[in-house]
Amino acid sequence: MTGILIYLIILLITAFLSPILISKGGKTAPWLLGMVSAAGFAWLLGFTGYISEGNSLNYTIEWLPELYLNFSLYLDGLSLFFALLVTGMGALVLVFSGNYMKPYAMKHRFFFLILLFEFAMLGMVLSGNLFTMFIFWELTSVSSFLLVGFNHEKPEARNAALQALLITVAGGLAMMAGFIMLGQMAGTLEINQLLKSGDIIRNHPHYLPALLLVLAGAFTKSAQFPFHFWLPGAMQAPSPVSAYLHSATMVKAGIYLLMRLSPVMGGTPEWKYILTITGAITMILGGYFAYSQTDFKKVLAYTTISALGTLVLMLGIDTDISIKAAIIFLLVHALYKGALFMIAGLIDKSVGSRDLRKIGGLNKVMPVASLAAIISLLSMAGLPPMIGFIGKELIYEAKFALPDIGNLLLVAGVMTNIIMVAISLALIFNLFLGPLKYPGERPTRPAFALRVGPSLLAGISLIFGLFPATVADFLLSPAIKSIRPSIDSFKLSLWHGFNEVLLVSFITVAAGVVLFLLYRKINPMLTHLNTEVITFRFADAFNKGLNVFLYLTKRKTSFIQSGYQRFYLMAIFIMTSVLAWYQLIYTWPEIESISFSRPGMFEMIILLLIVSSTIIAVLIRSRLAAILSLGAVGYGIGLLFIVYGAIDVAITLMLAETLVLVLFMVVIYHLPKFTNFSSKASRLRDAAVALLVGGFMTGLVLKAGQLNLNPKISDFYVENAIPLAHGSNIVNVILVDFRALDTLGEITVLVIAAIGVVALLKLKTKKGSAT
Amino acid sequence: MKSYIVQLAAARLLPVTLILSLLVFYRGHNEPGGGFIGGLMAAAGFIFYAMAFDTQEAEKKLRVSPLMLIVAGLSFAFISTLPSLFAGNPFFTGEWISLIIPLLGKLKLGTPLLFDFGVYLTVWGVIVTIIFNVMEE
Repeated sequence: MTGILIYLIILLITAFLSPILISKGGKTAPWLLGMVSAAGFAWLLGFTGYISEGNSLNYTIEWLPELYLNFSLYLDGLSLFFALLVTGMGALVLVFSGNYMKPYAMKHRFFFLILLFEFAMLGMVLSGNLFTMFIFWELTSVSSFLLVGFNHEKPEARNAALQALLITVAGGLAMMAGFIMLGQMAGTLEINQLLKSGDIIRNHPHYLPALLLVLAGAFTKSAQFPFHFWLPGAMQAPSPVSAYLHSATMVKAGIYLLMRLSPVMGGTPEWKYILTITGAITMILGGYFAYSQTDFKKVLAYTTISALGTLVLMLGIDTDISIKAAIIFLLVHALYKGALFMIAGLIDKSVGSRDLRKIGGLNKVMPVASLAAIISLLSMAGLPPMIGFIGKELIYEAKFALPDIGNLLLVAGVMTNIIMVAISLALIFNLFLGPLKYPGERPTRPAFALRVGPSLLAGISLIFGLFPATVADFLLSPAIKSIRPSIDSFKLSLWHGFNEVLLVSFITVAAGVVLFLLYRKINPMLTHLNTEVITFRFADAFNKGLNVFLYLTKRKTSFIQSGYQRFYLMAIFIMTSVLAWYQLIYTWPEIESISFSRPGMFEMIILLLIVSSTIIAVLIRSRLAAILSLGAVGYGIGLLFIVYGAIDVAITLMLAETLVLVLFMVVIYHLPKFTNFSSKASRLRDAAVALLVGGFMTGLVLKAGQLNLNPKISDFYVENAIPLAHGSNIVNVILVDFRALDTLGEITVLVIAAIGVVALLKLKTKKGSAT
Repeated sequence: MKSYIVQLAAARLLPVTLILSLLVFYRGHNEPGGGFIGGLMAAAGFIFYAMAFDTQEAEKKLRVSPLMLIVAGLSFAFISTLPSLFAGNPFFTGEWISLIIPLLGKLKLGTPLLFDFGVYLTVWGVIVTIIFNVMEE
């Protein structure tokens, strides 16, 4: 298991080295990067024997065990299945990108990001602790954001990236809350222990909120209705990203989470109904939109949404057969959709368009790629002998076996599959077969690096379809067993015999052919319907909501951050004094008697000085005199400190007073002559604020005299100043020894203030000189 | 404010202020004073000088940029925290050594002194930076 940790680290290092490799390594560099990923795939493949015997591996580094936080890795059938998917697809996509990304100037950044994503995704599926998983989960969201916005000069790409990020991260936050609740319920976040505490969690009173929060994470990530709209937007990313993140792996993260937690949270009516209803709506909606698109990538994006809906639906049905169907359909979908997205990229690259109305008959220029595409599309249509056929049959079987809502789901499923058949046939006959059509120059034969990925995936779709038993044994059974340990035997075959499922399949195909024949008539109508009649767009609604939020934020900010210092000061003064007044009045009765000692002659004179200076400062009409009298107030207070023996405080106060006076003078020097800027009303307001603050300070001082502060603290300093700190000036000893960390913080703040002043003044000067 | 009397006074007073500020800083551990007060005094000396001449002259007299004072001050303050770590004590523990210096007698040196010197330099630098910048405006 440490080997897996080491491989993750190697992958991360590779990601960081890849920019250098790509810009220096030339043509072979992407192949080398693909090899790193393929090596991981091969090495993980070595675990299949051990895992398929029902074993699992666990590896934990303690982090904050008190909060159940650990860095853990966990390998069982399910995580192995996903890990193989991530590394295998990763290798093919890296090789594909090597050629596809050639014209991009920022391709080294692309390889870094896609390897970073591979690292995150692999870490996510191998996580053995929900918090480890959460961290990797968020990392996949971030790398997806950067990859969708890869063409960041285009505003649409930036918008789509932001939208994808906001939705998935918001869901991720909700999910984190759900994880915390799960941790509180079960007393652990380790997956291998959570798997055993399903009963505690399902019977816990907080089960439903926790479930909803976790589902929010899974549904946003896996583009379930009503969060589905970010996925078509994410098609702004380069095609390898769509193939890898947005069809084969990242959007399956939510599905993975549901599968992982199915033994922990599944099996309740809540789970069943939320998942089946959401899944069914997403499935049908995706199918409908896919049928009405004209952009090849958009078609694929909506069929992906539909497939994700099917997966959620299968997990919601939550029977033995539906879990089997979900696992096999996940593999089926990853195989054909990964291939098709790569082919979409390849077409885009060699034809220069993805518009289905403008392209056709591509088998004449790219026979190999077209063959791979046709095989993949047959798998998508669920036709024999592809593995997609087996997947679809199992899905039908699962719906048949469900008593109450099964029929309804079956109808929905058949409808969706009819659309899939029609789309597949339309793509096969219009895009790849038939007369050659292209908008610009005659397309050239795509490079080998572009063909290898889709061809391999299509080949696997065919081989798995012909020999399903082998793949079932070593790969699918262990994955299914880790979701549902009670399933022991798992047999797959292409031929099930004549039964009701096969009949429904025939109906599906027949209806699909009819719908395909009508495709040319219906598609423009639906396009018209979608663009002209139904003007509501989820993505637009989301953007509008976001704009309203930003507007309100701006309003709130400009209200609080007025930009006038007097308002900031007033807010601080009023808040502080009102709160303090509340507390003072509240505790006033505790002050029984305030005893005044008779002040001496000296103190009386100082007091007179302070009071008269204050009055002068308020009334006098010369600024200079007002400031000087304020200084006199300060010196007077300093004198009082001297009288009462606080020499250090007095010196500091007087020095500070002097420097502030100087500062005032310097500023005053630049100001225009004295005029009344403020109205009478605002001066009255200022007077009120001043009285409030002054009154509160007076009250505070009176109260301070009556408080019995803990004498131990000052006694401690008096007793320990010399033995512990070797100094007899207690004030200084506190500053530089007992509370030195505070002082360090304070001088740092001073420095920041100085930098702020410099920046403010220098910035202003620059602006002034520019205009 | 270009008065010869003030200029002469400022030029003569500057070294006195600096020595005084160092004295106040050093004696601070046992008697009133310390890094903060010392720093304020040193800054006051230079500000008086800048008022008598101008800020350029004062900065020339200072020889280093006030920002360098800040950098040095914060660095000293931070470095003073490190010996405690090497000694295996909790962070920021004061570490002391005693030196016997002929004529002066026993001299106790410790990290709090270094820390206080850091405070002295930082306060000096910060005040000078702020006021010089405002004066130049």
